[in-house]
Amino acid sequence: MSATFAEKILAMKSGKNKVSPGEFVIAKVDSSLANDVTAPLLIRRFQEMGLEKPYKLPGGFEIYIDHYVPAPTIRAAIEHKNIREFCKRFDLYFSETGNGGHLRLPIERGHCRPGMLFVGADSHTVLLGAVGAFAAGIGSSEQTYVLYKGDLWFKVPETIKVVVDGKLPEYAMGKDIILKILGDLGETGALYKAVEYTGPAITDLSIDGRIAVCGLTLEMGGKIGVIEADDKVVEYMKQRTKEPFEVVKADKDAKYEKIHHVDVSNLEPQIATPPRMDMVKDVKEVEGLPINESYIGSCVNGGLEDLAVAAKILKGRKVHPEVRCIVIPQTKEIYQNALKEGYIQAIYEAGALLAPSGCGPCVGGHMGVMAPGERVVSTGCRNFPGRMGSPEAEIFVASPTTAAASAIEGKITDPKKYL
Amino acid sequence: MDKIKGRVVYKLGDDIGTDMILAGRYLMLTGDEELAEHCFEGHIKDWKDKVKRGDILVAGENFGCESSREHAPISLKGSGIAAVLAESFGRIFYRNSIAVGLPVIQVSGISKKVEEGDILEIEVEKGTVANTRTKEVSHFNPFPDFIQDFMDEGGLTKFVRNRINKKA
Repeated sequence: MSATFAEKILAMKSGKNKVSPGEFVIAKVDSSLANDVTAPLLIRRFQEMGLEKPYKLPGGFEIYIDHYVPAPTIRAAIEHKNIREFCKRFDLYFSETGNGGHLRLPIERGHCRPGMLFVGADSHTVLLGAVGAFAAGIGSSEQTYVLYKGDLWFKVPETIKVVVDGKLPEYAMGKDIILKILGDLGETGALYKAVEYTGPAITDLSIDGRIAVCGLTLEMGGKIGVIEADDKVVEYMKQRTKEPFEVVKADKDAKYEKIHHVDVSNLEPQIATPPRMDMVKDVKEVEGLPINESYIGSCVNGGLEDLAVAAKILKGRKVHPEVRCIVIPQTKEIYQNALKEGYIQAIYEAGALLAPSGCGPCVGGHMGVMAPGERVVSTGCRNFPGRMGSPEAEIFVASPTTAAASAIEGKITDPKKYL
Repeated sequence: MDKIKGRVVYKLGDDIGTDMILAGRYLMLTGDEELAEHCFEGHIKDWKDKVKRGDILVAGENFGCESSREHAPISLKGSGIAAVLAESFGRIFYRNSIAVGLPVIQVSGISKKVEEGDILEIEVEKGTVANTRTKEVSHFNPFPDFIQDFMDEGGLTKFVRNRINKKA
């Protein structure tokens, strides 16, 4: 065997011994999810297709309400109601308003496990690769097709291996690593491709840090982004679930389209500047630009580790009077743990706003949309014009350290001096 | 699928994301027409006035990158766009377009070979696109048979419904 991770999973799930890049396969899906922006269309398609009941996937099918929480419009409230009824009718796993983000919860609850083939009606489904799953985003119609047949077509991707060497400086995080890689490879650097992240600086990362890395694979066009499940992940999973799982690893002699090396020993805090995620700079290069909003949260940066660094920086200080600092723990469990640790109190006392677990302003629906001419430092996952409100607002994407330091100073700030 | 003949209504650049095609604040909408109302809103001001049924959209690299929102190809199709030709596509957008029956065709070099207002003749199954102004013919890889089947039946929803109806 000389297969990459993606080739191995797609061969296993399509009942073949070996598959090659470019080949089309029909692969069995283990588990799948949708959220409150993709499920309404899914429910519509389900009816239009004339399906009687959803195919029973081995790992289940789940719907999470997390984008528009709590419902900001009557239309959203109606769609949420439809989702509840749909889940009840077919006895599907359902996650209610406020439980948290649909991509953190499957990891936290042990629903997404190493070696699974997971498809989600959300582009950032790729972040589930943080626990060694093959996880790809799809749309609502294809998701409905999965509920019809239990399988889906895939083109076997070529794989890029990214080796991250060195020891990450104390002040830098997983987000800084992936922003650096994004800047190197560009927005089409991994188009249609799988990305395997490896190397000592990746192994050192917590699961939170790995989530940030895998999640932004999509911003390079990647089909999946994966970090091989190691002891850290296996231990975590065993605490979370009794369900069995099988760790799948790339072969040592696997063939890669490209191997990209990055050394992060002296990595500066990184920031993606508008209007593109691959226009990445050292934070110090854009220091001093005034901001109106700072957002700490999202599927990629709403973990306990993220709140811990935000609290460390904000504790005993004040958010700048002209800045709205919005902080969103990704799940209820993270929120509770942050309360116990005193992070929430520190963040609240500094003058930040705490909002219910979910996507927050990153999706541009509500909970902090931007006016024309405004500027935000966001720990979210995208900075396209219009992503967070007005197309004339500027979105800078960075790690929670940079977002917290910038919130205090009211301008883009290198967080090093606070850490 | 028959030949597609239409006017290039816009030629767009690289990395046009689904956030631009259909903004996040409209994701609760699901119908073709209601989504078409907001296609490229805030980005292409004369979109609704200019696009006519049967028009063709041409773009550069990575068209439809980013979000998995199927609302984006639906809003293009609902606007009347008959096909999108680009140097390359974001992968989820590409899959979603096939699923909703919007022909998305990767044609290397296309953005240098056509101008807005040109009339193109696309033969989807043969893999050719002819520019009636320049007479130049470009080639592309036709869809694999199973994808062509989805397209021939008008997208994934109709494809599944036809099979369920047959069984019944």
